[in-house]
Amino acid sequence: MMFPQIGLTHYLFISAILFSLGIFGVITRRNAIMVLMGIELILNSANINFIAFSRYGGLNLDGQAVAIFVIILAASEAVIALAIVLNIFKTLQTVNVDEVNKLRQ
Amino acid sequence: MQFLGFGILTWITFLPLLGMIIVLFIPKTNWNAIRWTSAFFTFLQVILAVVIYFNYDRGMAGVNTQAGMQFVEKYTWIDIKQVAWFGRIHIEYFLGIDGLSVPMVLLTGLICFIAVFASWGIDKAVKGYFALLLLLDTGMMGVFVALDFFLFYIFWEVMLLPMYFLIGIWGGPRREYAAIKFFLYTLFGSVLMLLVILALYFSVTVTDPTTGEKMHVFNMLTMMEAANFEPGSLLAGLHTYWRYVAYIALFIAFAIKVPIFPFHTWLPDAHVEAPTAISVILAGILLKMGTYAMMRISFPMFPDAALYYAKPLAIFGFINIVYGALVAMAQTDFKKLIAYSSISHMGIVVLGMSALNTQGMTGAIFQMFNHGTITAMLFLIVGVIYDRAHTRGLDEFGGLANQMPKYFAIMSIAFFAALGLPGLSGFISEVFAFLGAFQTYRWITIASTVGIVLTAGYMLWTLQRVFLGPLPERWTKLTDINGREMFTLVPLAAIIIFLGLYPSPMLDLMTASANYLVDVVKTTGSMAVGVGP
Amino acid sequence: MTQDTLLTLSLLILFLPLFGFVVQSFFGRRLPRQGDWFETGLLFVALLLSFVVLYGKFRLYSEETLQGTFRWVDFGNVPGLGPLQLYLGIMIDNLAAAMLVVVTVVSAFVHLFSIGYMAGDVRYARYFGFLGLFSFSMLGIVLTNNFLMMYIFWELVGLSSYLLIGHWYERKSASDAAKKAFIVNRIGDVGFLVGILILFAMYHTFSFDRIFSEIGAGSIPFGSGSWLTAAGLLVFMGAVGKSAQFPLHVWLPDAMEGPTPVSALIHAATMVAAGVYLVARTYAMMTADALLVIAYIGAVTALIGATIAITQTDIKRVLAYSTISQLGYMMMGLGVGAFSAGMFHLMTHAWFKAGLFLGSGSVIHAMHHALHHVGDHHSDPQDIRNMGGLRRKMPITFWTFLIFTLAISGVPFTSGFLSKDEILAGTLAFGGLTGHVLLPILGYLVAGLTAFYMFRLLILTFLGDHVVPARLDHVEESGKVMTIPLIVFAVISFFIFYSFNPFGASSGWYFSYVERPISAVPSVQQAASIEVFEEAVHHAHVPAILLSLLVAGGGILLAFGTYYWKKINAEALAARFSALYKFSLNKWYFDDLYNATVVRGTLGTMRVLRWFDDKVIDGIVNGTAFVTKVSSFGSGRFDNVVIDGMVNLVAYITGFCGLVLRLVQTGKVQTYIVFVLFGVVVFFLLFRSV
Repeated sequence: MMFPQIGLTHYLFISAILFSLGIFGVITRRNAIMVLMGIELILNSANINFIAFSRYGGLNLDGQAVAIFVIILAASEAVIALAIVLNIFKTLQTVNVDEVNKLRQ
Repeated sequence: MQFLGFGILTWITFLPLLGMIIVLFIPKTNWNAIRWTSAFFTFLQVILAVVIYFNYDRGMAGVNTQAGMQFVEKYTWIDIKQVAWFGRIHIEYFLGIDGLSVPMVLLTGLICFIAVFASWGIDKAVKGYFALLLLLDTGMMGVFVALDFFLFYIFWEVMLLPMYFLIGIWGGPRREYAAIKFFLYTLFGSVLMLLVILALYFSVTVTDPTTGEKMHVFNMLTMMEAANFEPGSLLAGLHTYWRYVAYIALFIAFAIKVPIFPFHTWLPDAHVEAPTAISVILAGILLKMGTYAMMRISFPMFPDAALYYAKPLAIFGFINIVYGALVAMAQTDFKKLIAYSSISHMGIVVLGMSALNTQGMTGAIFQMFNHGTITAMLFLIVGVIYDRAHTRGLDEFGGLANQMPKYFAIMSIAFFAALGLPGLSGFISEVFAFLGAFQTYRWITIASTVGIVLTAGYMLWTLQRVFLGPLPERWTKLTDINGREMFTLVPLAAIIIFLGLYPSPMLDLMTASANYLVDVVKTTGSMAVGVGP
Repeated sequence: MTQDTLLTLSLLILFLPLFGFVVQSFFGRRLPRQGDWFETGLLFVALLLSFVVLYGKFRLYSEETLQGTFRWVDFGNVPGLGPLQLYLGIMIDNLAAAMLVVVTVVSAFVHLFSIGYMAGDVRYARYFGFLGLFSFSMLGIVLTNNFLMMYIFWELVGLSSYLLIGHWYERKSASDAAKKAFIVNRIGDVGFLVGILILFAMYHTFSFDRIFSEIGAGSIPFGSGSWLTAAGLLVFMGAVGKSAQFPLHVWLPDAMEGPTPVSALIHAATMVAAGVYLVARTYAMMTADALLVIAYIGAVTALIGATIAITQTDIKRVLAYSTISQLGYMMMGLGVGAFSAGMFHLMTHAWFKAGLFLGSGSVIHAMHHALHHVGDHHSDPQDIRNMGGLRRKMPITFWTFLIFTLAISGVPFTSGFLSKDEILAGTLAFGGLTGHVLLPILGYLVAGLTAFYMFRLLILTFLGDHVVPARLDHVEESGKVMTIPLIVFAVISFFIFYSFNPFGASSGWYFSYVERPISAVPSVQQAASIEVFEEAVHHAHVPAILLSLLVAGGGILLAFGTYYWKKINAEALAARFSALYKFSLNKWYFDDLYNATVVRGTLGTMRVLRWFDDKVIDGIVNGTAFVTKVSSFGSGRFDNVVIDGMVNLVAYITGFCGLVLRLVQTGKVQTYIVFVLFGVVVFFLLFRSV
């Protein structure tokens, strides 16, 4: 059985699917945690893109370095975001983003 | 004469302001501290006035020369080199007094001191009242000592604001109407004055001694010198159209303050509604500003127009005398009657100064002083009765002579002084004013003497209605005048009697300046058309 | 005795009563007996001193005029005139010395009389204080050497007169009378003031001497003789007011509201005579025209006073009109040129008229007590119809009253005969010289009338029977302090004190010391010279005496015939000539005339002017305010609708856009992301071909 040669297109395809799932999550979910997870998906899809281009685009290790930056960034983002969500939950007893509209009122 | 680096005139002008600042730091419930602080500062002012009286050189004339002015303080106040299209702005802090202002300075010190004691009974927002009173004091004193037109204008306006609030807040039932009327009327005059100030400012130039460049100044004495007018400027020359217009504008501005018929109707309203002490200041000092400003500003700056319009001025004086007396006679409100009598008496000042001779001018200045003391007494007297009876209707009283004998005695002095009884100061100034006026305007003066009879008529009629006859049942509980009220009235009565017998101590202050002013107006004013720079 | 001593003494005389006034005003009520003897004592000291001055002046300096001046006001160097100072001062000439005695004598004895008359009065101390003030002012008039001080004291006597007329100010009639007196006097004073203004404008001095010498040197006010006459007449106007001459005489009868001693002092003997004194003082500047006017005014006044006095029933009012009439005599005397006679009449009249008033005071006092005793509070104690027969109960008052009545009627051997006769002789001479015969006719007519109404008064008061006989038992003679002044005045009403010749005073001391001053006016305006006039008087003397004896006798007989023997029925006569009777009873309707014209005119004018001031002048002010308000309302509307409308329109459009766009703004991040995604897709579709 002959597996087709795995190339750039496949990586990009995976990345696109992940991105779409992430966007879908961010847009449709009402739970802040889920929204955050969507964001993580988007970031990871970006990482895949960076690495794929690094491997196939002749960009040496630049893409991989950026990917590591993004992972660090995503980690710290998640920490801060979760801390905010936790505080929101403490004060408002909810993590539903539609109900957190204090600034609007 | 300097104290702590400031001249005596600065002190006498700004002492009340200092007092006001201190009053503002006193807790508002501590009424006595507020009152005594005000009394203390106005008393210091009286002491300074006495110092000025004894150090004043009677031989110096002043009027339009800086050398003749006394206690001069002159500093550059505002000096901005380059302002767009306006040029250089140069304003001086220039104070000085001569024979025209000394009597007024003495009067202001005295009346303000007495006004503080007359305000003892104020029980509404005491702190604000006394603070405003002291501010008013500074404004009035400033008007009489300022020799820079800009400074003069500022003091003129400074005095307006506290007056507005003093009438508008502490006044009688129609206080708001009266306060607004007073304010707007005076402001209307101020605008005219401001226009003339600007016209003069742009017409007059002097050479800056340091840089040698020509510059405009607000110095009044500079504006009196014909040589300083820039040729071709609006007010240059003599007997020109624009000079007459400027004189009339100034006249209206000052006539409102005097007040001269037909600009007088703010006066009865303001007097009637104002609290006693404010009426005293209003009649005692504020009215004098109008005539003072005419002598200080209109006459020396526009001698040509002053001479040209002297006869209409005399006619205005006549109308004031007779009209004021007749309308006063028709009043049934005690305070309104006194207010109209003020109009009548100020007419004598106007008539006297319009004569443009020594007796008339001296009589006018002296009458300003005397009217200040006499009318102050009259308003204090009305205040005394109003505090007790809470009415001022003349027809409601009667027979108070037996109920309040001390009050009756002191009041008789004021009334007879007001009707010009010899032996009291009002007589001398009246006679001098008439003596002077008769030499210039025979028939107008003769017609004005009718006022003497009318004044006697309404004064005695009032005396009869309030004091003589049987005592109505409702007034049997009125108490006689108390010590504090006596304290406000007796000094005035003493001055009135003393100056009535021997007026020289006061007349000597003013004769040199009066003579000089007359001379300036007559010689400059009678120069032929077109003569000048 | 040097001149300075005399001047110092005169100043002392002047200021003693003032000192009394000051002490009385501050401490009067605390002094023993409220200071009545203190004040009276001061006046008697002044009286003694004035005799000393009179003696010293007549014996040592009868030809000089003593003057003492001080600088009062210094005007400095007046432009166009040079240095100008005003001096005040006093002067004593023979006239002043004589007047000094007149004033102090009357004043001192009136003080004495008042101690009895005013006993128990509510304002006893004040009363004596004001008497002192009056005496001071009156002495000031006598002593002054200039117009200004004359005017000052002139007004001051007016003030003291005002205060004393209104002594019982609880009565409206009293305060009305006081006010009337002051205001009517003021009218005269204004004339006087204008006269002074004319003189000052011309000569820049107030001094009598300097003004007269300037006039004598040919300097006339404004270069016109009529201005000189006008100045004289205006000065005389002051005298018209004070001396109650026609047409300003209306205040004097009302002034009787004051206490009777006051009427005696002020309104009979001294103050009202001040006008005559003023004319005498300024005699040198009076032109012939002015003097003629003075003479006629005097004659008319004499007639008016006498005709009204006939019908009056109030004892004091009869005397008041008689005073007016006698003052008219004095003026007439001065006017025709009988200067010494006029001034002499002033003095003799002061004695007997003060006596008459004090006598009437004594009667009123007694009547008052009697009425009080019988419990009658309705009858007027001053009405002569309620009297009669008082002679038996009040002998001293009666006999002195009789002497005064004889004197005023001009019966020989009295002082009044001497002085009146000289005046009448003067009018006869004047009539002969100038043809003005009306003056002597009026003079003699009034002389007859005077004798008639004075005896009518005497008869109705003292003779016959008392109206209510029972009341007479309670009438008592007044005490010594009241009778002594009467006796003194009665004694000096005999001729012997003035001239040893009972039929002619011209040889007496008064005429030799007090002489007509030499006129200063230009000769064309002068009246007949002293020599010509004296010659004429000399010729007129004997006919004058005979005529005056005749009219006086006639008047007295008529009075007795009517009121004592009742041969003539007075009521029937009054009914028959009711128009004349009413005319006299209502005082020639002067008060009504003045009320209808001057008083109502002034009151009407003042009401109109008040309306004018409130509605028109203030109306214009308020109207301006109203117009400003209306226009500000209009411009406010314009501002709101048009200007602000445009601004609001912009805002509205913006708001509408906002309203639409806000639908997009949900505030949900997720929605925005959708938009972002949408945008990315759109951009992708747009730019994919590139």
